[in-house]
Amino acid sequence: MEEKKSYFDMVRGQRKGLTSQQREKVGQAFLSLVGVITVLPIVALLVYIILQGAPAISWEFISAMPSDGMRSGGILPAIVGTLYLTLGTALFSIPPGIAAAVYLSEYAPDNRWTRLIRITMINLAGIPSVVYGLFGLGLFVLFLKFGTSILAASLTLSIMTLPVIISTGEEALRAVPSSFRTVSISLGATKWQTIRNIVLPQSLPGIITGVILGLQRAAGETAPILFTGAAFFLPRLPQKPFDATMALPYHLFVISTQVPGMPIQIQYGTVLVLLVFVLGMELIATVIRSRARARRQW
Amino acid sequence: MSRREEIKELIITRIIQAAGYLSILFVALICLFLIREGLPALSEVPISSLLGSRWYPIEDYFGILPLLTGSLIVTLGAVLIAVPLGVGTGVYIAEIAPTWANEILKPMIEILAGIPSVVLGFMGILVLSPFLRQSFNLPTGLTAFTGSLLLGWAAIPTIVSVTEDAMNAVPRSYREASLALGATRWQTIWGVTVPAARTGILTAVMLGMGRVIGETMAVMMVTGNAPTLPSGLNALFLPVRTMTATIASEMGEVANGSTHYHVLFFIGLVLFTLALIINIVAFIVSHQRIKRAERLLS
Repeated sequence: MEEKKSYFDMVRGQRKGLTSQQREKVGQAFLSLVGVITVLPIVALLVYIILQGAPAISWEFISAMPSDGMRSGGILPAIVGTLYLTLGTALFSIPPGIAAAVYLSEYAPDNRWTRLIRITMINLAGIPSVVYGLFGLGLFVLFLKFGTSILAASLTLSIMTLPVIISTGEEALRAVPSSFRTVSISLGATKWQTIRNIVLPQSLPGIITGVILGLQRAAGETAPILFTGAAFFLPRLPQKPFDATMALPYHLFVISTQVPGMPIQIQYGTVLVLLVFVLGMELIATVIRSRARARRQW
Repeated sequence: MSRREEIKELIITRIIQAAGYLSILFVALICLFLIREGLPALSEVPISSLLGSRWYPIEDYFGILPLLTGSLIVTLGAVLIAVPLGVGTGVYIAEIAPTWANEILKPMIEILAGIPSVVLGFMGILVLSPFLRQSFNLPTGLTAFTGSLLLGWAAIPTIVSVTEDAMNAVPRSYREASLALGATRWQTIWGVTVPAARTGILTAVMLGMGRVIGETMAVMMVTGNAPTLPSGLNALFLPVRTMTATIASEMGEVANGSTHYHVLFFIGLVLFTLALIINIVAFIVSHQRIKRAERLLS
């Protein structure tokens, strides 16, 4: 039986070999396969790390200082260090990030300067993380003489985080319908009053999601803190912003490449703690986003 | 409105405007510091030896050619892996995947985006490289190819999400017209939607490439740290050393202000410039798409 040709096939000319129905099946199967190949290693990696790391996790592991050249004991200073760095990054990146997002969404005219801001922001987001490390070393550690410290590392990480906060923040602000602004202004509110009382509260979930995603990236970074604040090993917790600190990602790098004879369990335990930390942040961001979407009335 | 409030409004507006220009300030500062610390390398090391093929800083050999080619090989391998998988998965998510598949695929890709690169490097050392060494019968599993595989996966989230956005930006009417002519879904995808989204997909590839070139920790941990000039195609299965890995592994040990220090900053400048070019080209390409879409729809 001769196959019925579609107009599409007539226009493009029937190809030799498989019929278009067969091509359809093969093509869809092929793309599904690509999807599976892409995702399978991710699932495998997660499962493997959980299985290997879980036995290492104990109260002692997350609450004790390392002992015996880090080959036993816990990873408390690395956990505390990553917390400090994340808080420091939040402190330095959130206020200017949100202000810049407000500027781009609410104030910026459509002109050359605004276009320049956008191009530089894209570039800022694309700069290799190790180059941020170089910059932090040059500006914060050496030029401003902060030394290798939590302060210098947090500042370096916050510049890296800034573009994420700005672009997600701008998107959240722009999603607020313009009628909200019009009504507020028509009631006699000034521009800033409108932004503070209407636009910012309405877009808050979106802004928070962006902030957490930015901080999550910063918390897992190693290269920017390598020469700005990370310490190989410290016998005590950092006391002040000018102290260097251990950090989970750098600690993982150290124990997996620099310390011979490291028990494999401790390594997998550290990976698991780091993953729980960063993926936990991501989960929180996702939950905030989806709950806000469900509740949104506009 | 009282005089005091007017002043307050003015001050706040000025602060927000200033924050808007922060990204320009930081890109300029980064550029400035890289030049300040990196350009002296040009006067301290003769150009001919800087472009030489021997990187051996202890004996004052600062040829960055092996590092450039190292980055090139790893990036090329990673792009060859990440582009088919990433674009394929992006197209699959946007066009074919049933809802249940998307509910697995999308979160997994987001999780992958959130996994710190040091974790990928760790798994590369412990799982991937022994596996590759055995299955390809290599002297060492720490090769450019190992790096390419890991970085391929590191670039996949970027490529998938930008591809997906590009596919979703294709007007519905294109698909409807194609299906109305009797084209199958597969024919519609390859004949209509993908070509219509090609500039977006190109942007995805560029951004993925930018991600790979700048990747530091994973590549440092698994590529074997051997700054040698590749001699042929088998270089993919030999140890290499990338620019990022060189900075990350040597910056901690150099004296500030030494020639070695300046050369490392110079490499940072090269990386910064490469990232700049990639991002600006991607920006221009994606903006041409917007202009073209506006012209088509008007």
